[in-house]
Amino acid sequence: MIDRKDVEHVARLTRLALTEAELERMREQLNSILAHLDTLRAVPTEGIEPTSHAVDVVNVMRDDEVEPCLPQDSVLANAPDPSGEFFRVPRIIEE
Amino acid sequence: MHRPIHELTDAYRRGDLTPTAVAEEYLARIGALDGKVGAYLTVVREQALAAARESELRWRAGKPRGPLDGAPVALKDVLCTAGVRTTAGSKMLERFVPPYDATTVERLRAAGAVILGKTNMDEFAMGSSTEHSAFHPTRNPWDLARVPGGSSGGSAAAVAGGLAAGSYGSDTGGSIRQPAAFCGVVGMKPTYGRVSRYGLIALASSLDQIGPFAQDVTDTALLLGAVAGYDRRDATSIQAPVPDYAGELSKGVAGLTLGLPDEYFIDGMDPDVERAVRQAIEVLKGLGARIERVSLPTTRHSLAAYYVILPAEASSNLARYDGVRYGLRVAGRDFIEMQSRTRAAGFGAEVKRRIMLGTYALSAGYYDAYYGKAQSVRTLVRREFAAAFAHVDLIVAPTTPNVAFKHGEKEDPLSMYLNDVFTIPGNLSGIPGVSVPCGFSATGLPIGLQVLGRPLDEARVLRAAYAYEQATTWRSRRPELS
Repeated sequence: MIDRKDVEHVARLTRLALTEAELERMREQLNSILAHLDTLRAVPTEGIEPTSHAVDVVNVMRDDEVEPCLPQDSVLANAPDPSGEFFRVPRIIEE
Repeated sequence: MHRPIHELTDAYRRGDLTPTAVAEEYLARIGALDGKVGAYLTVVREQALAAARESELRWRAGKPRGPLDGAPVALKDVLCTAGVRTTAGSKMLERFVPPYDATTVERLRAAGAVILGKTNMDEFAMGSSTEHSAFHPTRNPWDLARVPGGSSGGSAAAVAGGLAAGSYGSDTGGSIRQPAAFCGVVGMKPTYGRVSRYGLIALASSLDQIGPFAQDVTDTALLLGAVAGYDRRDATSIQAPVPDYAGELSKGVAGLTLGLPDEYFIDGMDPDVERAVRQAIEVLKGLGARIERVSLPTTRHSLAAYYVILPAEASSNLARYDGVRYGLRVAGRDFIEMQSRTRAAGFGAEVKRRIMLGTYALSAGYYDAYYGKAQSVRTLVRREFAAAFAHVDLIVAPTTPNVAFKHGEKEDPLSMYLNDVFTIPGNLSGIPGVSVPCGFSATGLPIGLQVLGRPLDEARVLRAAYAYEQATTWRSRRPELS
């Protein structure tokens, strides 16, 4: 069971400003879903390797050579607050 | 007018139809009928007509680029299209205009396909009903009170309703096969890695795969062939030659062994679905296939494993929507408040729920209990399929336990998730699967037969689906939209 404090903690971790009503509903729904997910505990998996990908993947390397890429203005075109060649964000560090 | 792509191109070749006339007809149908269905989020009328005119010149010169030249297709709004808004069904990306094409889109343009527009979907592909689009729900052309399935519901409804000749979607836990079943069309999830994911807005990167919707199996083979193959921009795309899927279709099922998994016939499933699927298996038997029972006992734990792995990967993938580089921004006093408000305003309830669930499952102290455990269960699912495929060529099963449900019927998240119980194992194991229409419920709603195959064995999967389709007449039935 997860409580309100857990829900608030997770919301903070994932940067979601949830309302009081959302937090409460989230607590109920997450508990109901987690109760189902907890059925996994009954599956014996000792010594079973985890699968992270369905097909075997290996690191793909390429030569370290400069290749054409998207022009800067087309990348900045979708930015909510571009400034020159930068993405501008609100203050991060206190003065 | 609405007919399979291979028939349209035959008519182009004979000079009986032109790509421009066909594109105009589809655009007119969208204009007249999509207000009821809601399959599209964006229609690119002028671009479509320009592409159709170019295709027409090629056909007239006797130099079409291939079997999709002049084919009017729709794309799920999760595939990036250069210069055309791509929303993923979310307010977060309401005004996002990608600076590049997804590899799938690039290959379709090169093949001469005519892109009609972008189709509706559950937000960020999270859902099984297309009710969770931030813009509007999509309705099932067979019964407008019902859902088309999801998350690629717009792409399925477009093909079922005659609003596109073919379309593409993405399938992370059944998001192509389930809506194909609900809408009475063919839908295929290829092997993980068969189609490049470059330019596909990510949901769960180890599960996501792009695939086609079509009016018949022949078109499915053509639509898959056009986009399959290695792409250096997707490190998980597979370096293996792409067979001539359409050329292999008529080889039949005689001599093939089809596995029938006990675990895919469960309590609570619609008896009409079970009856239709068992009859379909009799048809395949009549065509010379051998049927063998197989057991996939971890099937019943697949849903739980999936609902750990998917939210975990999604919570990580969706961390990029932070109000900085693209997408929505809501102002805040500082950086963290800006991010938190942006994400609260930009994401819908289901997306928030899965981000929370995934973040929790990955958080300190819970990682092994949830994520590690689910990944081990995933190994068991893979092993069971591999063991089954050691003595059967294909597996046949229902695509979904039920037919299309009504809008608003599944308010409880868990009951919605249960819809994908027969499609999820295919994603966990990465194997290819197709849903092909196999009948109707007493209430007149379509039912899908699922055919699953070994990794990279799409040709055999399609071949069985084709043999079944050719032996039956389900595809002649069409929803009446007016």
